[in-house]
Amino acid sequence: MTRNQWSKFSDRVFQAVGLFTTFFGLAVLAVLLYDVFTDGFSRLNWQFIMSYPSRKPEQAGILAAWGGTIWIMVTTALFAIPIGIGSGIYLEEYARKNRLTNFIEINIANLAGVPSVIYGLLGLAIFARAMKLDRGVITGGMTLGLLVLPVIILSTREALRAVPSSIREASLALGATKWQTVRYQVLPAALANIMTGIILAMSRAIGETAPLIAIGALTYIPFLPTSPVSVSKSAPFVNFTLQGFLDPFTVLPIQIFNWVSRPQKGFLVNAAAGIIVLLLITLFMNAIAIYLRHKNQKRW
Amino acid sequence: MKLDGSIKFQEKLIERLLFLCSLLSVFTTFGIIWVLLSESIGFFQKVSIVEFLTDTEWTPLFTNKHFGILPLLSGTFLTTVIAILVAVPFGLASAVYLSEYASAKARNIIKPLMEILAAIPTVVYGYFALLFVTPLLKMVIPSISGFSALSAGFVMGVMIIPMVSSLSEDAMHAVPSGLKEGAYALGSHKLQVAFRIVFPAALSGITAAVILAISRAIGETMIVAIAAGQQPTLTANPLVPVMTITAYIVQVSLGDTPHGTIEYKTIFVCGLSLFLLTFILNVISYKLRKHFQEVYD
Repeated sequence: MTRNQWSKFSDRVFQAVGLFTTFFGLAVLAVLLYDVFTDGFSRLNWQFIMSYPSRKPEQAGILAAWGGTIWIMVTTALFAIPIGIGSGIYLEEYARKNRLTNFIEINIANLAGVPSVIYGLLGLAIFARAMKLDRGVITGGMTLGLLVLPVIILSTREALRAVPSSIREASLALGATKWQTVRYQVLPAALANIMTGIILAMSRAIGETAPLIAIGALTYIPFLPTSPVSVSKSAPFVNFTLQGFLDPFTVLPIQIFNWVSRPQKGFLVNAAAGIIVLLLITLFMNAIAIYLRHKNQKRW
Repeated sequence: MKLDGSIKFQEKLIERLLFLCSLLSVFTTFGIIWVLLSESIGFFQKVSIVEFLTDTEWTPLFTNKHFGILPLLSGTFLTTVIAILVAVPFGLASAVYLSEYASAKARNIIKPLMEILAAIPTVVYGYFALLFVTPLLKMVIPSISGFSALSAGFVMGVMIIPMVSSLSEDAMHAVPSGLKEGAYALGSHKLQVAFRIVFPAALSGITAAVILAISRAIGETMIVAIAAGQQPTLTANPLVPVMTITAYIVQVSLGDTPHGTIEYKTIFVCGLSLFLLTFILNVISYKLRKHFQEVYD
């Protein structure tokens, strides 16, 4: 083989290797989806979705789990979205370049790399014990809120950075104050990209298991947190309560983990069916995020 | 121009509020360090640091208690090494392919698809490792146990591929095209440019990606808690059950361990060890990334 032929040959070989390694992960993903669907699809029915857990696999369901997941997600969102966006705005629009700002930035970068189970230990010691909120919804929601905060801050900053400074200058030149500029010009322009980041952060929070186990979330919950609105026959007829935030909870990934750890075949089938529901939610959220990002690749 | 007093006040107030939001992340870091340290100090008043670092048994939940972190460290180390042996070759080859061979169009389709791999909840990977990969491995290696470092590590490696690939590709992308064009002008072909020019030039960024992947594998919890087992044994055998630091935290958290007991404190000591390991790796990775950004920006 001449040198030139050898080059061409080795190029071809690597092209094949590169293609193989790139699609290897995707192939595993396809096998994973196929495996889970064949294991669990037959179990997926209305009874499964609307039943509380049970000692008998064929009677057990995920009602408490997905109900808890919704509660936790709402709490996480209420906590993390305002603080995350506020923090992103401060760092991108207000902060001067000084040592404190630099320190905050390094902090956020570092927090993004802290293993999630450690956030659980933080939630256990601070929210559950020191603040005596025990293992309620609010403890879980705030723990996951702290966990996704760096993701929301970083994506907010990136979204704000993409807004050209000419927009800010025009607004300021027209006499708007700094906050008016941010509130009425910069934020609306960056909103779609911020939303993408928030959806990705929330889809990560939905799948988190370890931090919630660490704060002591229970694995067997045959009820839902108290509904915030209830109707009664006597006055005042409609009652509002925040008790639900203090009630114990379980979430879908914890329910799945609990079923996977059991030896009976029936529970493993339940786990697969629960995974299908969890995956549908996660993949749906990711699809929305990818679509939003694709749609909003605006060139200024 | 004179601003209305109340507007001025409002502007200041908003800035203060936003500042407080960004301070929360600093409090979080201090909170983590304080919580881990304060509970660990209580632990080390009862158990000597020498015993903690040299004892080869970890049995805090038994009557005959031993508090040697080595078995947990070896379990963590073993699963991490296996994950890295999968993630780094596959991740790097795919990064070179994506950055130097694939067309822009192909890249735009493949990259979001690979991101899905990273978006799958880890408990799902745990299920897959335990109920699909382990039985599959059993056909090839009949001696493998129902729980093993090999199965958990392999799946963890697949999960980390997109991270290695995407971060390394960013680093390769940052290599100035002048360097590549120079090499092509001298008669190099693609493979030579990829591995002798782009790869070395992006090395600090690639190293940062690999270190971040190691840190991620060390901190991964659910896959190992489900598929690697619950037995802290000091071993380098990938075919038997092991226990990682993270899996131990899960095991204790599932039981109802009373607050203030030594068993309760052990999870914070484990948390501290885990935090230190990942923190050091994250800092190195952060510095390396800053470094490569500075060189070519």
